[in-house]
Amino acid sequence: MAILNVLILVCVLYVVLLFVVAFGADRAAAQGRGSWLASPLVYTLSLSIYCTAWTFYGAVGFAARSGLEFVTIYLGPTLVMIGWWWTLRRLVRVGRSQRITSIADLISSRYGKSNLLAVLVTVLAVIGTTPYIALQLQSVTLSFAAFAETDLAATTLPDMQSTALWVAMGLALFTILFGTRNLDANERHHGVVMAIAMEAVVKLCALLAVGVFVVWGLADGIAGTLDRIEASEIARFEVSSARWVGLTMLSGAAFLCLPRMFQVMVVENENEDHLRTAVWAFPAYLMLMSLFVIPIAAVGLDMMPEGANPDLFVLTLPLMDGRDGLAILSFLGGFSSATSMVIVAAIALSTMVSNHVVMPIWLHFSGGAAMVSGDVRNVALLARRLSIAGVVFLGYLYFRLSGGGTALAAIGLIAFVGVAQFLPALMGGLFWRGATKTGALLGLSLGAAVWLYCLFLPSFGPSLILPQSVFDHGLWGLTWLRPYALFGAEGMDPVVHAVMWSMLINTSVFVAGSLLSFPQPLERLQGAQFVNVFDHSGTPGGWTGGMAQSEDLLIMSQRIMGAREAQALFAAAAQRQGVAGYLPEPSPDFLQELERVLSGSVGAATAHAMISQIVGGAAVSVEDLMAVADETAQIMEYSSQLEAKSQELARTARQLREANEKLTQISVQKDGFLSQISHELRTPMTSIRAFSEILRDTGDLSAQEQSKYASIIHDEAVRLTRLLDDLLDLSVLENGQVVLNTQTGRLDDLLDRAERAAGVQGGALRVVRDRLAEDVELTSDLDRLAQVFINLIANARKYCDGQPPVLTIRPTITDGQLVLDFSDNGSGIPAKQQAVIFEKFSRIGETKAGGAGLGLAICREIMARLGGSVSYLPGQKGAAFRVSLPLEMRLAAQ
Amino acid sequence: MGKKVLLIEDEPNIIEAVSFILSRDGWDVKTHSNGHDAMEAVRLREPDLIILDVMLPGKSGFDILAEIRVDADFAATPVLMLTARGQTKDREMAERAGASQYMTKPFSNADVLAAVRDLVGA
Amino acid sequence: MNPERGPVFLARRTYRRRRLADGARLLPVLGGVLFCVPLLWKGGARALGTAEAMFYVFGLWAVLVAISGVISRHLRASDIEEDLTDGEEG
Repeated sequence: MAILNVLILVCVLYVVLLFVVAFGADRAAAQGRGSWLASPLVYTLSLSIYCTAWTFYGAVGFAARSGLEFVTIYLGPTLVMIGWWWTLRRLVRVGRSQRITSIADLISSRYGKSNLLAVLVTVLAVIGTTPYIALQLQSVTLSFAAFAETDLAATTLPDMQSTALWVAMGLALFTILFGTRNLDANERHHGVVMAIAMEAVVKLCALLAVGVFVVWGLADGIAGTLDRIEASEIARFEVSSARWVGLTMLSGAAFLCLPRMFQVMVVENENEDHLRTAVWAFPAYLMLMSLFVIPIAAVGLDMMPEGANPDLFVLTLPLMDGRDGLAILSFLGGFSSATSMVIVAAIALSTMVSNHVVMPIWLHFSGGAAMVSGDVRNVALLARRLSIAGVVFLGYLYFRLSGGGTALAAIGLIAFVGVAQFLPALMGGLFWRGATKTGALLGLSLGAAVWLYCLFLPSFGPSLILPQSVFDHGLWGLTWLRPYALFGAEGMDPVVHAVMWSMLINTSVFVAGSLLSFPQPLERLQGAQFVNVFDHSGTPGGWTGGMAQSEDLLIMSQRIMGAREAQALFAAAAQRQGVAGYLPEPSPDFLQELERVLSGSVGAATAHAMISQIVGGAAVSVEDLMAVADETAQIMEYSSQLEAKSQELARTARQLREANEKLTQISVQKDGFLSQISHELRTPMTSIRAFSEILRDTGDLSAQEQSKYASIIHDEAVRLTRLLDDLLDLSVLENGQVVLNTQTGRLDDLLDRAERAAGVQGGALRVVRDRLAEDVELTSDLDRLAQVFINLIANARKYCDGQPPVLTIRPTITDGQLVLDFSDNGSGIPAKQQAVIFEKFSRIGETKAGGAGLGLAICREIMARLGGSVSYLPGQKGAAFRVSLPLEMRLAAQ
Repeated sequence: MGKKVLLIEDEPNIIEAVSFILSRDGWDVKTHSNGHDAMEAVRLREPDLIILDVMLPGKSGFDILAEIRVDADFAATPVLMLTARGQTKDREMAERAGASQYMTKPFSNADVLAAVRDLVGA
Repeated sequence: MNPERGPVFLARRTYRRRRLADGARLLPVLGGVLFCVPLLWKGGARALGTAEAMFYVFGLWAVLVAISGVISRHLRASDIEEDLTDGEEG
């Protein structure tokens, strides 16, 4: 068992190395040291998942059976790559600009964000990929068994199925760990990509090493190898023209359509410019991978005993010659090919399954409320993890059920034909504005049906799924329905036959369906955006209205993207619109941007559904539709500008109305201010006057009474002074005459001080703090800052009606900026009041609990002087205020 | 005299001052310090005179006055209103709501006594 | 130095880029046709050997990689389209 044990050890070490590389890359990326991760070389190498174990072992087997024909599988992708200017460039641009998460997402997004289409693509992708995963598991177990056979000490073969199970479980774990770190599919999986790039190098080196060994070690150099080729049974170039052309086209189509290729090529693409390197480097990689295939096959056929499995020549040739080290390297090459394929395929499929099947179902059953109250982010992550486990398990199940026989070996090409069915809808969507959802749905389903009937189901062999009679006499005895001779096309190669009929029917039904049907507004809109992706003219607004509740949108986005990202996005949009605070106008531009960002997390169709549920009403108006109609583009462009202008006007009018409302409110407040100030001054004066008269007019007061009344007079005088101080303070701050006293201190000390001064101790309010995060030094006017903190804490103490009241203070630091959130669990401040709370003399309701309503106005002025800000943070559970200021106040500001 | 006065006011110091002045003049002074249940206090105490502040927590003095006037038992009870807001608008509102007399803070103790005596004596 | 030389130079460069883009479009078509050439030989009197076909296919492959490398070095996917439209107008 010696060599087998070494093999297992090497295998385990290799897997550990994979984890380390992935973990290291993720760490580096998280710490911002990962610029080298995003190099065009890594991108190129990650494309090599095209070369699975089917390539690594199977190419030699393919060559041993049919000579040079194997090369067509690599010529197709080569032609697609060097033809990047046609398709790939466009595909990558669309994928990035629309934040596409998978090929199902792309097709669904193009055809009006139709989820039905996405589900169809997803199902077909799962059917096509599952056997392929099984094939990878089989290759690992077979190569393991090959070692065991040559190992003389081995008395029993290792249990194939348990090997496969271990491999499957390890891969699922790896994928879940590194593939679902973040929800946004547009955030790169640096760990995964790096691990795959490493595996690409391992498999290329392994195959080249075996090739060099075979040519110069076994066959005495190039001349000797050519002699062996000449002497072998594959000496003649006897390739059927139909298969040569058909397989080249098929592999090219599959290269574009395979979910895993789409994942690395489009979704994981960091920079469009990387494509420029990949277009020559990846064909070169493919060429190197294919270079030694024919020599290995010829030498293997010559030297290996009759009946040896040519699929394993890469492994058995070194083993036969006693080169155990080389054999182990070769094994690792095959192992890398298999694992990288399974990992990426599982990520790609799980994204599709969770975004297009699980999430829509969950949203449907939990209703619209779940977007606001439920935790969408966690559900989506869980769905993705479960889908990964499910996909890998399905592959394992298929491997068990099919028994790992020869049926599996043929599955590579069969899967290619299956995914190639996406091609008409994909290309039509990218190049033809007239392509419609109806056409895509019909073409895709009929093409898939032909593929299932003519190739996939028959591949299980006669009488397993399709009875022998169907092969001989066709379905229901109709001879023109025989799976291998559809419509009487006899004597063709089954694969070419299936490619021909499925693509012919798919394409013609797609075109006919598109011509005869009429697209919905959203389809036309998306069609225009996809086909004209390189035109930088303004895109027509997809959303009309403005009745949307920005706060609801913010709440929803926080659930999906995480609070900080969502707030940053909203604040940036608000700033662009020139609106203060966190809630931008729900303009069409903003809604479109938001939808795109969300679609990066949950897919286009779901994001669209979520926003339309909140915004309500139709997403696209008739006017928008007219704007995209190409026939009248010129006129309509003008009218759409008018439309945009009138919407702009409506928005401006609303803003004016709001400003007016605010002014009126302020004027009412100013009015109220007079009576307020009168009240605030007269109340203490009343006591002072009354008691001073008592002291003056009453002769028989006891000494105790006298001192009591005198101290009341004193207290009330102090109260008057304080009020006047506040007024003066505010006036000074407002006029910018304040002198700042800059000191350096610690945030936690400052907060302690504020908490004490606000009178929290012994009261009902509980203050939750994050001592660890408060360990910060800051340079500012600390007394003024403390004044702000005291005010905010005291407000929570007075107004928070939570049971029991809790105030949470959470500091965060970004880019030298300290952000402190004070949020309580009370009922918050109604939206109408949020606009005026920072105005002078504004108080919530008629309560007398507070001072004169100057506190927040003073806070705002102080923060402005300190180079920071204080604002109301909407969308939290209770009232929340955000204080932000620079850690080091710039003195020049004063 | 021993007549009953109900003082509805929320500033503790003012309560103390007014109570002191009236008690020394021989009045039986009861106090109440918020708006919500002021009407219950009125029914419970059945005062001969009510002194009512305009700005109260929970309910405005004008609203309480309206309730008092609606109640048949107290429709004729004299009500002296106190306010810290010195605008004429408030005075008109108070008269319309049925206040017997209206005083602006700060007041002199003698004026309060005179007003109270005047209102109950009449 | 002459201010009028600038646009001439730009136009030339844009022109070259546009021809490069044409090349990028033609290359896969050319490659596809040339890869099918061995199919024509096998009909000849002497059956074609796998080794010869292999040399042809891999040689062509290497040439395509090289040409594609040269073209993509001078052609940027991201900004080329604007450049070209600018050139069209200018």
